[in-house]
Amino acid sequence: MAKINGKENSTAKGKTIGSYLDENGYKKTYIAIEVNGSILSKTEYDSYIINDEDIIEIVNFVGGG
Amino acid sequence: MKNSDYINALTERHGKDVYERLINSEVAIAGLGGLGSNVALALARAGVGKLFLVDFDTVDITNLNRQQYSISDIGKAKTAALYEKIRAVNPIIKIKRRKIKVTEKNAIELFKDYPIVCECFDKAENKAMLINTLLTGNRDITVVSASGMAGYGTGNTILSRKISDRFYICGDMVSGIEKGLGLMAPRVGICAMHQANTVLRLLLGEKEI
Repeated sequence: MAKINGKENSTAKGKTIGSYLDENGYKKTYIAIEVNGSILSKTEYDSYIINDEDIIEIVNFVGGG
Repeated sequence: MKNSDYINALTERHGKDVYERLINSEVAIAGLGGLGSNVALALARAGVGKLFLVDFDTVDITNLNRQQYSISDIGKAKTAALYEKIRAVNPIIKIKRRKIKVTEKNAIELFKDYPIVCECFDKAENKAMLINTLLTGNRDITVVSASGMAGYGTGNTILSRKISDRFYICGDMVSGIEKGLGLMAPRVGICAMHQANTVLRLLLGEKEI
């Protein structure tokens, strides 16, 4: 099962990252995504299909500094 | 004060090995606001040998509530004002500075000589832009970022996290200015010190949080 932000996710498999982000309300300009330890380029969001073994970290930035 | 006195004092405090490793290291700081001005001064006090300071902005009256600037700095470039602040506490540090806005187009070239870049921007989209640009475009850079430090909630939720070998992030991950929370010196400072400490640990070979 794919793991997203530390939690096992049974429904993400087979979806593109892009559609997962849309379904979960992420704003693409505010995030960085690591898949299995390396950053996923924004150009790959709509083509990368989530696999069963993937460990995905979606970092959602908030403002302030 | 003689430079040799300063070096002896640092060496006495930190030990020769730590002193040597830090004096031979270089760190870039992108954004010199509440995070960056605090990170830069902490690393300078710790004895990091070279800092690269990057910010396009000038010091404004609204910066005084959390950034390391003084009333007399208002109107000065942040790069210039912070340079003076750092010089006042560390006489031997080398400082390079650029008054420029960091973009997707110039980030790789700008930071190419620095193994560690501290992301200290304030806008969420700029934070994401820098992380995405540096981590996809340069295999050698490690980024220490920050997200979530607004307001005056407990300081105990602000943590350092390791996302991957090249991507660390400090903050509580949720307290943003989008929620109407103001930025205040204590939590911004706590977050900045998490970043500075993470950088220090990386420079001294500690890769885990």
